[in-house]
Parts: sequence; structure tokens; C-alpha cells
Amino acid sequence: MLFTDYSFIGFLAVVFLLYYTLPKKWQWPFLLVASYVFYFIASPSYVVFILATTISTYLVSLKLDQLETRQKEYLKAHKGEISREEKKEYKAGVRARKWKWLLLCLFFNLGILAVLKYTNFTIANINGILEAFHSDGTLSFVDLVLPMGISFYTFQTMGYIIDVYRGTSSAEKNPFKLALFVSFFPQLVQGPISRFNDLAKSLFEIHYFDPKVVSYGLYRIMWGYFKKMVVADRILPAVNTIIQNPDTYQGGFVFVGMMFYAFELYADFTGGIDITIGIAQTMGITVTENFRRPYFSKNIKEYWKRWHITMGTWFTDYIFYPISVCKPMLKLSKFSRSRLGEQIGKRVPVYLSSFVVWFTTGIWHGASWNFIVWGLMNFVVIMISEEFEPLYRKFHARFHVKDKAWYGVFEIVRTVLLMSAIRMFDCYRDVPLTFKMFGNMFTNFDLSAFTAEAFLGLGLSAADYVLLLICLIVILAVSITEERKGSVRDLIFRAPAAWKYVAFGGLVLVVIVFGAYGIGYDQSQFIYNQF
Amino acid sequence: MKRKINVKRAAVPAVFLVIMLVLLYLLQRLLMPKYMSDIPEGAMVEEYYRETTDHEVIFVGDCEVYENFSPIKFYEDYGITSYIRGSAQQLTWQSYYLLEDTLRYETPKVVVFNVLAMKYNEPQSEAYNRMTIDGMKMSSSKIGAIQASMTEEEHMLDYIFPILRYHSRWSDLSSEDFEYMFHKDKVSHNGYYMRVDTRPVDDFPEPEKLSDYTLGDKAMEYLDKMRVLCEENGIELVLVKSPSLYPHWYDEWDEQIVEYADKYGLDYFNYEKLTDEVGIDYNTDTYDAGLHLNLSGAEKLSEYFGKYLTETYDLTDYREDPEYAAVYQEKIEFYHEMEEAQYEELEEYGEIISY
Repeated sequence: MLFTDYSFIGFLAVVFLLYYTLPKKWQWPFLLVASYVFYFIASPSYVVFILATTISTYLVSLKLDQLETRQKEYLKAHKGEISREEKKEYKAGVRARKWKWLLLCLFFNLGILAVLKYTNFTIANINGILEAFHSDGTLSFVDLVLPMGISFYTFQTMGYIIDVYRGTSSAEKNPFKLALFVSFFPQLVQGPISRFNDLAKSLFEIHYFDPKVVSYGLYRIMWGYFKKMVVADRILPAVNTIIQNPDTYQGGFVFVGMMFYAFELYADFTGGIDITIGIAQTMGITVTENFRRPYFSKNIKEYWKRWHITMGTWFTDYIFYPISVCKPMLKLSKFSRSRLGEQIGKRVPVYLSSFVVWFTTGIWHGASWNFIVWGLMNFVVIMISEEFEPLYRKFHARFHVKDKAWYGVFEIVRTVLLMSAIRMFDCYRDVPLTFKMFGNMFTNFDLSAFTAEAFLGLGLSAADYVLLLICLIVILAVSITEERKGSVRDLIFRAPAAWKYVAFGGLVLVVIVFGAYGIGYDQSQFIYNQF
Repeated sequence: MKRKINVKRAAVPAVFLVIMLVLLYLLQRLLMPKYMSDIPEGAMVEEYYRETTDHEVIFVGDCEVYENFSPIKFYEDYGITSYIRGSAQQLTWQSYYLLEDTLRYETPKVVVFNVLAMKYNEPQSEAYNRMTIDGMKMSSSKIGAIQASMTEEEHMLDYIFPILRYHSRWSDLSSEDFEYMFHKDKVSHNGYYMRVDTRPVDDFPEPEKLSDYTLGDKAMEYLDKMRVLCEENGIELVLVKSPSLYPHWYDEWDEQIVEYADKYGLDYFNYEKLTDEVGIDYNTDTYDAGLHLNLSGAEKLSEYFGKYLTETYDLTDYREDPEYAAVYQEKIEFYHEMEEAQYEELEEYGEIISY
């Protein structure tokens, strides 16, 4: 069931009606049932894996909680009886046991993800090595099921268990509540990666029908459908034409494809998240925002604070910081400072932690070298930006351009171009081809790719381009308004009452008439469904 | 006061909903194909509902009925009132449901089914499905026709709310779409699609050998349902195979139809074997080199078949009925005006371009 399927919209309508008509205490249990029905319809076999993750995480979280409680009780019971050293020793013992349980849970769940998602990638690489050494034997690929949203729910669940281990979140005693946190259907498919403390309160509490909250949710849903169906799926054929025919579409076309893909991915992913957040909102549930107008970022670091925010903070909190402060890293830091000097030495642990973060970010997106190199390219660009930071500061101080509007626009365009270029690794079939096409964009550049004839040869009509241009202007206008004045929905609701109906009705009609769906269109899955 | 506010709160969304439904309806009318200047076959199923008088003979089937039999000729020569509920590549189950739909409005004495569609046992094409089904009024027959006809890529909702199917026509809208939003011109003559031009017979490919000549289960099931439906309503069912050189009608298929007709005591005429008796000349009586009859061929066949109908069934000569005579006078005038206009076009351009 795609978000854009009629069956999903029907499913949603039934869930919504029952959610508000059932007795209030049944609301969250009903959502759990609905989430499992949703997942079961996608494929019955998926349920086994999500159950395994839920049950294992639940049991380990209870164990961690039990160890923590016992420790507190022990320390309370022996207050004043044991020395500071004994207390420290006892705590270290408990921490070690908790650490073992945590590792067990992480290995089990990340193991499921690794086996299902990366086995064939590993086999392909082993075969590549065997081939390089002229070996006759090759390993056969295995046919494995890849449950929908497994990367998202695994990371969300692992975030939860790490929080319980750290004590920043208490263990949920009700297994069904934890099961709903793991499987909540709107965000199961493509995130965001929620934190238990952020989602739990509104997920499990009682919600009464509030017309304003529901209206806000419906607006958000329709805005998401607008971006996905009117923009992303419409531009898709042009993107595919360019990236699937690299021998034909070169030079300027590579640039066109790169920019079209940037537009498509933005509309696709943010549209999907709008639908997710909107669905939750219609039921009074608050899901963490995942985007904050990323294409207004002035540098790549800012971009990653605005794009796929929940993934970025997940990697920062659960990978970057733990690695940065782990004992081996502290030793390495000390060693590198002493050997390489303060200036270079202090960078070594940061670089190493960042490298790990971007490598894992890349491979999390997909079992392919394209994604790994994409992640590492982000790492390289961010590190170079960091190194050039003093130079930028000097430049800004010398020429006083930082406050100039045109310079702001220049920084935004530069960041968009940079991120779009890195994202070419998402598009082309392998890493060498991506590098080749990136070079080709400059070496083979000519303006023939920017003629009306060239654009019309990409599978879209003149009317499609006019529509896309209008949509781009609308999205830009909404984004600028939100950047400057806050929520557009708030503005609409503050305006005379008729406006909220006109805006919503207009959005519905636009999606129905101009959406790229039904026969004649290859309705695509959301891009992030595949991760 | 509080009650007033509550009423207002409920009324505003309700009014909004009504306005949205009206707008969606208008957009749907605008975006649906009109089939006026191009592919008029698409407008024929809908045209039936504009009939003001009943018919004693109903034809169901594909192009081999709506291009080969002329109800106006039947009326002019024999006073038979008839209507063709046919459309392009109309499948057997679609003919069944169109017949079921027709019986909601009238009960004819005779139903004539052309058996060419029996060669298909699976849904074939979304475009042809649309031409048959879109024109049907909403009823259980229409739902049945949709369910039986959908290809894998199709969805029931797209038929119930056609805007979901035709929304993409926004970029192809023409003045015709605005002109015919609420009213369409007549394109057929009681379901007959007129063509006066001639294209002599050409070479046809040799028929391919099939691995299995058995007519499909689903096609046979719906033929049988059609027979039962006729029996239940006291209607005589007649099976025909129109004269045509292509697509090939295999003897093996013909034998199965003969066997079925014999089993249930039905009349079956394969006019491919009776061309001499009818007087069909494939060099002068088809407009597309042997596939479909032109006006000349259709009138010959209608004259021949009308004689059989009159002699076999207790049909009324409605030429004497003033009410019918008035209605058919208009139809006859329209028929001959179109005939004349097509001949003029043929003379002027060497081909038919407006029909």
C-alpha cells in the first residue's frame, strides 16, 4: 500500500473514523492494530521481523530497567555502609552488565538489518575480489526478503534502547505501547526516525476531535500529496530519461538531470513526510519535523541541520558522540596531539568520528557503493568547509558581504548546487559512471540541452513544464513565507474564514486534476521507501 | 444563540462540501473525452439513453454489429424497430451487461448477438473497455461490466469517478471539450455507425494455427448467461457472425457455436458463408478492405436479415404507428442527411474526414 494508492486513502479514512468513534481508551490499541494490519497487507512475512525487533528490544529494555532499579535499591539499602570505592565498583559492575545486554540487543537487531540488507552486497564484493584474483569460484546470491521500512524502525528502536541504557528514557513496561512506537504506520514507511520521549506522550494519550487540529493535519496531508503527485511524479520521467541513458544525455543534460533530481527528491521526500506528519496530526499525534526548508541552507553543515533532521541527529547522538568520547578515541586524541601537534592532532578524532558517521549514513541509505561514496563525499566536503572556515571568516570580514542579500542568495545557490552534485551518486548506476558523468557535465557542456526542443525530448510536454514552473513558484513562495513569517497554515487560519476553505479546496482540486497518477503514469514509490 | 452558532459551524463545512462536489462534477464533465469529432464509437453506448421509443430487436456485440446492420434500413424496409448496443471490441461479458442494462428500460422480442467476441476470454484493452463502459448509466449492470472487464492496471474507482482516470487530459483540452460538456451531438443511427466510402479487399495474412481452438470458459459462461437472461424475459436469442474477411473466424470456433445453438435450439447464421445469398461483394461493400461493411454492405445485410426477422418473429410494422412514424421520420432524415454529407465529403476530399 503506497501512500498514493486508493486503498491507502480508504484505509486511512476507516482508521480516522474509528479512531474518533471508538472509546477513547482504545485509541492507541486501535492504532497498534491498524499499524499491524497496514504492515501485514504490505507482506505477512514482514510482521515476523518487526515482531522480533519489538520483542527483543522490549525484553532487553526491561532487563536494563531492572538492573538500574536494583542498583538504586542496593545503593539506597547500603547507604553509608559501603565505601566510595565499593560504590564505584558496584556501579561499574552494573554498567558492564547493562552494556552486555545492550550489545546483545544491538547485535541482534542490527544483525537482522545487516543480513537482510547487506548480504548480497557483501557477496557481490567478495565475488569482485575473487574475480580480481582470477579465482574461478564465485558465491551465489541469496534471495532475502527486505521488510518495508526496516532501516527506519530498526534505527528508531535502537535509539530507544540506547536511551534506556543511558537512562535518558525509562523503559516502557507495556509491550503493546512499545510495539506501537516501533510500528506506528504513518512513519513506518519512510520515517521520520522518532525518539520515544518525543513521540510517546501524544501517541498514547487520549485525543478528542478538535476541528482545528484535524484541519491542520488535512492541510499538511494535501500539501504532501501536492508535492509528491503533482511535482515529484511528474518530473520523474525526465529524470529517468537522462540518468538511464548516459550515452545519449551528456554535458548540459547531466546538469539538467542533476537539478531535476534535486527538485524531484525534495518534493518526494518532504511530500512523504508532510503526509506522515499530517496523518498523525489528524489524530492529535505530534511527529518530529524532519525538514526545515533545506534548500535555503547557506552551507552544507546547515543543510544537514535542515534536511532529514531526525536521521542527522540520530547519527550525531548515537554514533558521532559515543565514538568521539570512547576510550580508544580519547587515547588516539592524546596520541595525535602529542605526535602531530595541537592544531592537527585535535582534528584526528573529529575526522575519524565524522568519517564513521558518513560511512554509516551512506550505507544506511542503501547496500551499494554509490551510497557509501555519496556519504563519504559529504564527509569530504564538510571537512574541507571546516578547514576553509577561517579563510571564509577573513573574507567576510574584509569584504563585508555577509550581510548582503545577494551574497546570501549566492551561498544558497552554491549549497544547492553542491548538494545536487553529490546526490548524483543516487542517480547513476555505479560510482565510476557517476564520476564520469560529473566530469562530462563540464567537458561536454553546451547550451543545446537548454533549448525547448531538448526539454521536450525528455518525456514531458510543454504543459508539464509550465505546470512544474508554477509549482516551483508556489513551493518557493510558501517556503519563503514560512522562513520569514512562520506557519502558512497559521496565516491562513488567521485570515477571513473563507480563505481556509478556498485554500484547502484548491489544493484538493489541484492534486486530483494535476496529479501524476493512474493509467498512463508510472506511479513511483516514494524514494525513501527503499531505504 | 449557542444553537445558532452550532448550526453555522455545521453548515459551513457542508456548503463547502457541496461546492467541492459540484466543482468536481463540472471538472469531470469537462475532462471526460467527448468522442465527437474523433472516434465516435466512444459516444454510442451513451446515446441509447436518449431513445424515446422502445425497440423490438436489440443487437449486442462489437464492430461487426454497429457497422454491419442498419436499424434505419430495417425500419424503412420492414417497419422493424431496433437498436444496436455495440461498441469497439465489445467483449462477450460487456454485451451481456449491456443487454441486462437495456432490459431495465425495455423488453425486446429478439436479441441478436454477434459471436466474434467469443474469441476473447480475457479483458483486452483499457481504451476499449472505456468506450463501452463509460457511456453506461450507473447501475448494478455497469458495476458488473466493470468487474468483468478490468485489466490488471485498472481500478474500479476510476470508473465510478471518471475524473480519476481522465484528469490527465487537462493538457489536451480543446474547444470541443467545452462545447460538449453537457450535451452531445448524435453520432449514430440507433447505434449504427455509418460509413459510405469503399476500400476494395486487399491481401490478408494467412490465419495462424492455434494451439487450442476451444472457446474460453468465461466467454461461454457469458454467452450462456445471455441465453438464460433472454429465456427468463421471454426473448428470442439469435446468434450471428457478420461477413468479414479479417479477423479470421476459425471453423473450429464456428463448430462450437453451431453445437451450442443446436443444444439450446437457437438460430445461428454465419454470414461469412452466406455472402453470395446476401449479395456482399468485398470489393465494393466494405470501407476498410474487407473488415467492416460500408453503408452499401450494411444495407444489403440488413435487407436480408430483416426479411428473416419479419418472417420468423411476430414483429410489429411500426411504419403504421403515428408516434413511431414521427420519431423515425426524424431519424430517417438524419440518416440520409449524413449519407449525403459523407458522399459530398468523399467527392470533395476523396475520403471521409468528419465521421
